[in-house]
Amino acid sequence: MEYIDYYKVLGLDKNATQDDIKKAYRKLARKHHPDLNPNDKEAHKKFQQINEANEVLSDPEKRKKYDQYGKDWQHAEQFEQARQSRQGAQHFGGEGFSGQFDEGNFSDFFASMFGDTGGFRQRQTKFRGEDYQAELHLNLTDVYKTHQQVLKVNDKNIRITIPAGVENGQKIKITGFGGPGINGGPNGDLYITFHIVNNTAFRRHGNDLYKSIDLNLYAAVLGGEVTIETLDGKIKLNVKPETQNETKVRLKGKGFPVYKKDGEFGDLIVTFKLKAPVNLTEEQKELFKQLTKLSS
Amino acid sequence: MVILDDFCASHHVEISFIQSLEDNGLIETISINQALYVTSTDLPKLEQITRLHQDLNINPEGIDAITHLLKHIEEMKQEIAHLRNRLSFFENEEH
Repeated sequence: MEYIDYYKVLGLDKNATQDDIKKAYRKLARKHHPDLNPNDKEAHKKFQQINEANEVLSDPEKRKKYDQYGKDWQHAEQFEQARQSRQGAQHFGGEGFSGQFDEGNFSDFFASMFGDTGGFRQRQTKFRGEDYQAELHLNLTDVYKTHQQVLKVNDKNIRITIPAGVENGQKIKITGFGGPGINGGPNGDLYITFHIVNNTAFRRHGNDLYKSIDLNLYAAVLGGEVTIETLDGKIKLNVKPETQNETKVRLKGKGFPVYKKDGEFGDLIVTFKLKAPVNLTEEQKELFKQLTKLSS
Repeated sequence: MVILDDFCASHHVEISFIQSLEDNGLIETISINQALYVTSTDLPKLEQITRLHQDLNINPEGIDAITHLLKHIEEMKQEIAHLRNRLSFFENEEH
């Protein structure tokens, strides 16, 4: 358990007036308020520290005790008991305080110095629990079909359904699976960001897949049939005679599944890359020469 | 649905505050048998607005601006993710 310099937390020195404390608190609270920094764990933590510092420094009695014992806070209780036995029954932080606050919001340092609830004042603000962030790394082939996966989040196993067609960078919210609420507030949510690694020979754009395939000159000129691998297996594709280089063919419904639309698929766009023949025999060369003469 | 009188009592806010939120179009209330209600769907939003008001002393007009900006940030985040995917699509084409 470490000593916390509440003045430092609020960026103040020990001579700060109540007005300085109020201004510093308001300024920092505006910057780090959890509602203005959704999904930011650091901001959430910082806001709790600012709140705690304000709780102590804006209360003259708490501030007095904090200033008096400072770094010797660990002995504060003993000092206090000794002082009380000399001066009679005087409760610390008694009058004017009411209400409850979840002790989980305060540091051990605070609880040790001011008790579990610190005689916390009337503030009863309910806060949603912290939102948890998780990342899930999957291959593109993993999200071709809807499947279930068990995730371990804060020692809790959560079974989630990953719908086919999830995009790289897409974030899904699982309501109520975040941190517990504060003061009876609702639980936070769990956000899962998908990182999809493309482990295929296809390029993906939304629900459409793109693929380039080599086409030999003879098939390009005379037409023919080529076999193409899709994510759903092999298919045969007719090549029209006189197909040009970079010709694109759209295969309807052979692309990627559409997110949360069962049975709907994007398209597969195939681009033909013409390959000129190599290592020609003398006879082949002669035939090409004849073709050239015929064409000119 | 939640009765607004109960909400005001548990969150230490005046009913006039809720009315000013409604006047600014931030929430919608429903009147049934002379009692005002807010829907369970709108409750998280109302709680967020109340926290911003109590913790940061922000008036309804300021809260309206904040909620618009937060929505805008979320939309921009989604657009960035979409553009990153497009960029990666074209980068892969070059290789």
